[in-house]
Amino acid sequence: MRISMDLELQDRPGQLKHVLTPISDLGGNIASIVHHHDKKTFRNTVPVSVIFDIEEQTLEELQEGLEKNGVAIVRIGKMRLRARTHILLIGHIIHTNLRETIDEIDGTGFAEVQDLSLSMPAIDGPSSAVITIMATGDEELKKSIGILRQIAERKDLLFIEPLDERGSPGGVSNEE
Amino acid sequence: MRNSQSTLTLSIIGFGAVGQGVATIVQNVPHIKVVAIADSKGVARMPDLNDVLARKRGGQPIANSNLTALDVIRTIDHDVVVEVTPTNIQGGEPGLTHVREALKNKRNVVTSNKGPLVAAFDELTQLAYTNGVALRYEATVGGAMPIVNLIRDTLAGARVLDIRGVLNGTCNYILTRMAEEALDYDQVLSEAQDMGIAEADPTYDVAGIDTACKVIILANAFFGRHATFADVDVTGIDRITQDALQLARQRGFAVKLVGDVQELTVSPKLIPIAHPLNVSGTLNAASILTDTAGEITVAGKGAGSIETASAILSDVLSLMRDRT
Ligand SMILES: NC(=O)c1ccc[n+]([C@@H]2O[C@H](COP(=O)([O-])OP(=O)(O)OC[C@H]3O[C@@H](n4cnc5c(N)ncnc54)[C@H](OP(=O)(O)O)[C@@H]3O)[C@@H](O)[C@H]2O)c1
Repeated sequence: MRISMDLELQDRPGQLKHVLTPISDLGGNIASIVHHHDKKTFRNTVPVSVIFDIEEQTLEELQEGLEKNGVAIVRIGKMRLRARTHILLIGHIIHTNLRETIDEIDGTGFAEVQDLSLSMPAIDGPSSAVITIMATGDEELKKSIGILRQIAERKDLLFIEPLDERGSPGGVSNEE
Repeated sequence: MRNSQSTLTLSIIGFGAVGQGVATIVQNVPHIKVVAIADSKGVARMPDLNDVLARKRGGQPIANSNLTALDVIRTIDHDVVVEVTPTNIQGGEPGLTHVREALKNKRNVVTSNKGPLVAAFDELTQLAYTNGVALRYEATVGGAMPIVNLIRDTLAGARVLDIRGVLNGTCNYILTRMAEEALDYDQVLSEAQDMGIAEADPTYDVAGIDTACKVIILANAFFGRHATFADVDVTGIDRITQDALQLARQRGFAVKLVGDVQELTVSPKLIPIAHPLNVSGTLNAASILTDTAGEITVAGKGAGSIETASAILSDVLSLMRDRT
């Protein structure tokens, strides 16, 4: 399950390992970390948001581990990814573009790139990719499609999205 | 109408694929008389239809008078002007003047020509209204596939929320062949040109301009949008590659050029293989989303001489019914 956590770390070097170690020890996979250095609290701590995938049943153990390490947990969000779409991109797609694109979407906290297939038929010809995105709800999915569209425009890629389904039930779920 | 009650009189302005199709099929319809046919070179007055069709096919001139197309429209007393000259998206001429003059002279107009409607939809519908005549244009969108009259008459009890369609047979043919035969864009385009499905200059179709014209006509007709070409966001199919189509197919999608009338967009879209808009070859299809009737999808031949003429004939016949 995908988890987003807002944490507070002491503003000292080397604190991040207190977060990363417990997560990876429990088999978790980090998708994104953002340090909010500009939002330092009066307790002299730095807010950090982490997004990672982990087995749901290990969550309690993780919380204990973090607290033992002196990490303050401000919020835990469980993301249920309910909405899914595929986007087709055509043009001069290069791996660095894709990495950046995936990071940007994974970093939103409400969506992730689930799958990506790339086809590069010729070195100098256009390539194409299908990107599968999942998000917590229809609105979030729309937002992540918007991000991808902007990236595509910036990189001059042809952006092809699915015909939107009419009257399909949507539901946002971001349990706290 | 002013003529004798039983016979409807027509002129056919433009005698290419569609004009000849009209001349061919009206021969089998009772109570319709063609009083004049015009091509770019002249006018056949009171034509014998078989004779004039044979002449045109044989490359001979059809004119038997000194009249011009505009003379026919202005001075010959008749009920319906069938305007089927080439579509010109820059200003709509010569069709725009033909349609305008016909309406001013209180003649009904039936047309397959998108040019005048894209250039001056509001002006022309207003002109028809003030002159107490009809302007009918079923054939401008989707050829033989019923859509304009379907929405206007059959679906009159529902509110139309959106119309989305695969409205260009050339694009659809190219995308279908590329996907099914794993052929490159350039290869299929040349093939389509050979077969007469694509023009020597394919820009009008493959850049999405033709689809945009149809979107504009539907937006103005059913959503009162006062839209012109500049309002439509258009992306064509010319950057689509064969392997992109294969990738899409592995995920269960076809790629089609879709016009969205409410959004005023034309762009390639992923369509689930099983979706009713996923029509193949040169077919057209449109999904009409309504408040009470749900989504209704029609499909049919978007072009062709006789097919397009059939849509024109349906407009002509509905004028005949309205008259009685
Ligand atoms: N073909 C289709 O399947 C289809 C489907 C839907 C809609 N449409 C639309 O229907 C219209 C006709 O299409 P088409 O395929 O029949 O075109 P076309 O084969 O190019 O024929 C156009 C005809 O108009 C004549 N013409 C040109 N300028 C004229 C003028 N100033 N006065 C009188 N006649 C004039 C031409 O004369 P000449 O013969 O002397 O050149 C020709 O006979 C177009 O607007 C097209 O977009 C066509």
